[in-house]
Amino acid sequence: MQMLNIVPEKCTGCMQCELACSWVQTGMFQPSQSLIRVNVFDEEASYAPYTCLQCDEAWCMNACPVNAIGVDSSGQAKVVIEELCVGCHLCTIACPFGTVFTLPETNKAAKCNLCGGDPACAAACPTDAIEFGDAEQAGQWFEEWGDKVHSRYLEALET
Amino acid sequence: MIKQATGGWTGKILRVNLTAATTSVEPIPDEWMREYVGGRGLADRYLYEEMDPTVDPLGPDNKLIFATGPLTGTPVPCGARYMVVTKGALTNAITTSNSGGHWGPEVKFAGYDLIIVEGRSDKPCYLFIYDDRVEIRDAARYWGKGVHYTEDALREELGLPNLRVASIGPAGENLVRFACIMNDKHRAAGRSGVGAVMGSKNLKAIAVRGTGGVPIAEPAAFMKALWHMRDKMKDDPGKKAFGDFGTAATIDLTQSFGALPTRNFQEGQFEEFENLNGVAVRDTRMVATKACFACTIACGRVTRLGEHADKYMVNMHPRNWRQAGEGPEYEAAWALGPDTGVGDLDAVLKANWLCNDLGMDPISMGSTLAAAMELYETGVVTDGQVEMPLRFGSAEALVRMTEATAYREGFGDELAEGSKRMSEKLQHPEVFMGSKGQEFPAYDPRGFQGMGVAYATCNRGACHLRAWTPALESSGEADPHGTEGKSEWVVEQQNLSTTHDATGICLFVSFAGATLEMMVPLVSAATGVAYSLDDFVHIGERTWNVERLWNLKAGLTKADDSLPKRLLEEPHKSGPSAGVTVDLDAMLPIYYQQRGWDDEGVPSQEKLAELGLGSL
Repeated sequence: MQMLNIVPEKCTGCMQCELACSWVQTGMFQPSQSLIRVNVFDEEASYAPYTCLQCDEAWCMNACPVNAIGVDSSGQAKVVIEELCVGCHLCTIACPFGTVFTLPETNKAAKCNLCGGDPACAAACPTDAIEFGDAEQAGQWFEEWGDKVHSRYLEALET
Repeated sequence: MIKQATGGWTGKILRVNLTAATTSVEPIPDEWMREYVGGRGLADRYLYEEMDPTVDPLGPDNKLIFATGPLTGTPVPCGARYMVVTKGALTNAITTSNSGGHWGPEVKFAGYDLIIVEGRSDKPCYLFIYDDRVEIRDAARYWGKGVHYTEDALREELGLPNLRVASIGPAGENLVRFACIMNDKHRAAGRSGVGAVMGSKNLKAIAVRGTGGVPIAEPAAFMKALWHMRDKMKDDPGKKAFGDFGTAATIDLTQSFGALPTRNFQEGQFEEFENLNGVAVRDTRMVATKACFACTIACGRVTRLGEHADKYMVNMHPRNWRQAGEGPEYEAAWALGPDTGVGDLDAVLKANWLCNDLGMDPISMGSTLAAAMELYETGVVTDGQVEMPLRFGSAEALVRMTEATAYREGFGDELAEGSKRMSEKLQHPEVFMGSKGQEFPAYDPRGFQGMGVAYATCNRGACHLRAWTPALESSGEADPHGTEGKSEWVVEQQNLSTTHDATGICLFVSFAGATLEMMVPLVSAATGVAYSLDDFVHIGERTWNVERLWNLKAGLTKADDSLPKRLLEEPHKSGPSAGVTVDLDAMLPIYYQQRGWDDEGVPSQEKLAELGLGSL
């Protein structure tokens, strides 16, 4: 089982992932249509790319009234079946992470589908902040990073 | 009906007339796009066509052009750049000031290659662009405010967290001759006073949100060329050095060649250089590296003062010094450091952050202050004229005078005129270290001889980005103190870098494993126009000559292709560059000859005809 392993600490905010994703989505370089988004926290010098986590128990999938979100053949990605989507937006509300979108042109849901097993964002990332790898390894950076962010927060509180 | 460009270019100009408060969208002539590629070249051509070069740079007749290139907004490494082209407030020459960040790509996504700003608004305004929607809006609540505040407040007012903003700070409003246009808070179209031109138009900011995309004419060829370039850059040692140490690593290079101008070019080495170099920045103040749009190098330094935030609180500017800022880059670290004799990184950082927030060019700021310090040390400027002693090495003076300059308070009013005007007014023009009215950047031509001819001949005044001769002179390929071959090399590099600027790609990729040759197929595939490297050299030369013709029409002459006496006659007494002076008389005639210009530096008719400029 593989998933996107995103390490914000390594991100420099260059948006190569957004460019790559939009290229897959639209055939143009158009970050506004990217399904991975880089969040920039300038004052904290922190950049965090984030996208669908491909939840085990996917709320978007559970919420869809017409079963338009399914699991792909590899079992790794939850994917939108466009033909079935009626554009009710329920999945976008159900997702606790805000990573399901609806496209204004088609009024259909859109979410990360891991590019069928070879994510373009991971290939494009110049600093390995996004890697496609073993799901068991993912998130190991989190504890150390969390401590660091927490101490920065405490420092900010003092001033 | 505007013709849709197939790729790379949008083919559209947004024209804004602030006097009449009108905006319009126009197509760009196909042949101009082909002949000038975009960015700097295209904007130069428009400025030549549309504007009388003799106008007052701070008057309503000056035009301010923002230009992206065909690769701006694409994932080609460092495809972030836009160019500001106008008549420089500092130089009275054509100026081409480049910046990265995210603003340029956003303009492209909004659907424009160029924004041409004309006229003058009668009250402070800002321009809001959301794709096709363009509005000139009231900026009263932002006037007088710093760049950080303006950017955050505009996002809030317009309710667009992804808004990208290019704005001026108080320095631009107060027509400081070397004010910049800042975008994304820390990126600057820095030199020649483009911010003062924007301020003279009462234009506080251009806020952009673009949701469109950049199409590519030949996708398969583009992706192949893109990954070729990225693979070449991936493990390049230059790229690694930039990423690890930032541009400030250059301090060690110039120091070792005796080419680190110190105390207003009186010396060539700075004893405290290790306080300010790339290692010092990384190990003591850096908290993260930061990339511009599509950049794979990430030379940007995000820095934090931490417990040192309370040092040098001589200023009144309400900045929160606890937050992270950016810098110093090499040029800023030099101008605010060795050139003023200050070896305290925190003072340099504070002055740098002030420059960013107030919207000023740190090179000219430091350099002008250094000239003032020299005059203070020699007794020309007296204690009665200044609020604090302007001694070389005074960290307090550095931080406070930076602020005073932006607000034109006290002696800051003199500094705000730039080194040339200030030193002439004080009747000591010999302390001005620059060319065409623009202060030198951080390479002493007595240590790198080639920079002498590069500075003297650059169309926008002294500049290190058009032909960076240390590449040749520090690698052992050429004697750093000799003149042989320098003029030829400078001509060649000026042509190449000019086309590079036109593409929308950062110049730094060429120090990180990429060449212009790799970019030729990218521009071709993006636009669908088959270019060759020869075409690119030709385009660079054509653009350079357009700029030269423009400058001649503006009244500049051979006398402006000059260097101050200090570089020509006064060698350093010690260090690796001891005894060397700049032999411009040997290099300039060869330069003119290589350019196909006559003895007075005027392009010959044959040369112009060869470049397709016969009609200009």
